[in-house]
Amino acid sequence: MSKNNIKVALIGNPNTGKTSLFNQLTGLNQKVGNYPGVTVDKKEGKSKLSATQNAIITDLPGTYSINPTSLDESIVLKTLLKKDIKESPDVILVVADVENLKRNLLLFSQIKDLEIPTVLAINMVDQMHKKGISIDLTALKEELNTEVVLISARKNQGIDKVKEAIIKCHVAAKATPMCDNNKIDPEYFEKLKAINPNFSLYELWLMVTQKNFPEGITKGQKEQLLSFNKDVSKLKKYQHKETIYRYQEINKILKKTYLVNKNAATDVRSRLDKIFTHKIFGYIIFLLVLLLIFQSIFDWSSVPMDFIDGAFANLSDFAKSNLPAGVFTDLIVEGIIPGIGGVLIFIPQIAILFMFIAILEETGYMSRVVFLMDKIMRRFGMNGKSIIPLISGTACAIPAIMATRTISSWKERLITILVVPFTTCSARLPVYAILIALIIPNKKILGFYNLQAFTLLMLYALGFLSAILAAYILQKTLKIKSSSFFVVEMPNYKIPSFKNVFLEVIEKTKAFVFEAGKIILALSIILWFLASNGPESFKNAEKNTIENIENKQLNKADLQQKIASAKLENSYIGIMGKTIEPAIKPLGYDWKIGIALITSFAAREVFVGTLATIYSVASDDEDTSTIKQKMRSEINPETGKKRFNFPVGMSLLVFYAFAMQCMATLAIVKRETKTWKWPLIQLFGMALLAYISSLITYQILS
Amino acid sequence: MSTIASLRIGEMGYISEESLDLIPLKLLEMGCLPGAEVQLVQIAPLKDLLYICVNGSHLAIRKETAVQIQILKANL
Repeated sequence: MSKNNIKVALIGNPNTGKTSLFNQLTGLNQKVGNYPGVTVDKKEGKSKLSATQNAIITDLPGTYSINPTSLDESIVLKTLLKKDIKESPDVILVVADVENLKRNLLLFSQIKDLEIPTVLAINMVDQMHKKGISIDLTALKEELNTEVVLISARKNQGIDKVKEAIIKCHVAAKATPMCDNNKIDPEYFEKLKAINPNFSLYELWLMVTQKNFPEGITKGQKEQLLSFNKDVSKLKKYQHKETIYRYQEINKILKKTYLVNKNAATDVRSRLDKIFTHKIFGYIIFLLVLLLIFQSIFDWSSVPMDFIDGAFANLSDFAKSNLPAGVFTDLIVEGIIPGIGGVLIFIPQIAILFMFIAILEETGYMSRVVFLMDKIMRRFGMNGKSIIPLISGTACAIPAIMATRTISSWKERLITILVVPFTTCSARLPVYAILIALIIPNKKILGFYNLQAFTLLMLYALGFLSAILAAYILQKTLKIKSSSFFVVEMPNYKIPSFKNVFLEVIEKTKAFVFEAGKIILALSIILWFLASNGPESFKNAEKNTIENIENKQLNKADLQQKIASAKLENSYIGIMGKTIEPAIKPLGYDWKIGIALITSFAAREVFVGTLATIYSVASDDEDTSTIKQKMRSEINPETGKKRFNFPVGMSLLVFYAFAMQCMATLAIVKRETKTWKWPLIQLFGMALLAYISSLITYQILS
Repeated sequence: MSTIASLRIGEMGYISEESLDLIPLKLLEMGCLPGAEVQLVQIAPLKDLLYICVNGSHLAIRKETAVQIQILKANL
């Protein structure tokens, strides 16, 4: 038995330092997977408990109780109710905050009643003295009838004791329940218990209240359980009674074991709260925090981004001059290397943004923003918690949409999911950057503010405003009834832990690179194939070009250029671009831009790369400045003037601000809403909005 | 009858036994129990979201929930 890994489930209230403990136990030995059947990320890690014993630790989402009110919390219930040997945990490790032990013990008492061996780790005991708290550990162990350890996860204290306790608990006899629901109504609960003696009374009770039936429950038993569900008001009443009964038991235990000297408590929290939740200063501070974040994203990321850009250009050169010439080399040099470079270049910006979001969450400041914003956001059909996805949407919509899981009202959550793609994600940045450089003069306004930077700021504002406006319209049109009960904990302020922030950034960045990387890589290969192959006319392009210009004086380079563009025009992708040209002409675009529009429906950032490929099939330089130069020198044959003039550039900017061009986001929305309906509404609704707005922009400006 | 929503900032009260059935289960579980002492810590701008402290828990709840929870004001 001891040779096998012990399966440990880590459970606790939010803000108890659960993540710190997980990081201390597993270090870098973590991986993120998916729960079977559901879409919530499952964080797992291996921990060495002793010389001969390892454990697989699963970090479950933070929850206040087993009775779930949000998607995140329902995972906990589902994991714990499983009787399938492979999935169910051997030992449950409950993390509690020493300052809030009473409330934390409620969750502990529920878990204890599932009769699974349980270890209680009381965290942040380094604060005990300062807060005037004292605990009688021996008595507490006896009263709770389980292993109890005092730890300070951030300071790496007591982790060994946790490991010992897990082993001890694993070999100990079957756990006993802490509370007995029989006391509420003996007759009622005796009848419930009789349905299936293989389950504990509390498990059966949870099946009734949560309508969640694990394997091992027969059809007949399920019906019996459901019959308990008929009297809803009785059920609710008993749930209330149960909670009060649990608190009574907890109070009895704490009276004997836990002492607080209130006079010793210092109150930094209330002083900080007075500033951060102030009706004027609160908003000013929030605005300054946002400005700081955006400023840092641009300032700090330019050096590493230039470095990555340069490195990939060199790699392309290197590959080209060292690999034998041929189709395969072309694929690597023109398709794969620029494709991978196009993903990796975002790493600095995304890592910085994730770092700030992790810090805001760790410090407890994010809850204050929720507090300030709830009423305002509610007017637009969302809720205070929507502010977190809307901020993280400026990095990437994918983690932002996953962050909506904490919102318990389905309508508010759905609206948030639907409008998040309007926020200016980092994939729009390269598109904006190159277009702004082309059409906005690099000069100062009001003497100090860079006009190009100002335009970018306006585009961010446009994204945010359209998200808010879209939410308002959705709130008025969506006919969904859902309960809107809302509560958010205001945790104590904390200094962020470097280790937690670091691991969070690594994990999120990795996920982004792999999710987006797969698509961009596949797309650049497809694009390359479609651009370098075509029907009969493609094969004749070279011959025809040479024949057509035979009598003209042309040097070799110009001839090559002409052949290349004739080939492109007759390639599969060229034909696709030509096909949609009539539809996009009123927006000011030609077939080449059309190609870039088509490819960037998979991912926006492909736009620049596509134009680079189209304009520079013959060139071996992938540097952005040369892409910019090529775009600048591109001539509109009908007018004989520049293709990327002010109206076209503005029309493109507006198009990219509104259009839903990201396959990965559509896939995530499908996963989270469990239907294709909402991603399709997003795709077509936003495309229509983009088309109309660009049309208006171009027609007015030209 | 006064409710949590009628408290002023800094004021305290005790949650009355009668409101037991009106308190959402989730709030009960978070420590908002009948008989517990509750303090209004802060009110968000636009008068909604009330920041309360009850049984050691610091929570922000909406006004629509707060008006359902009756209290007995503590005699100062």
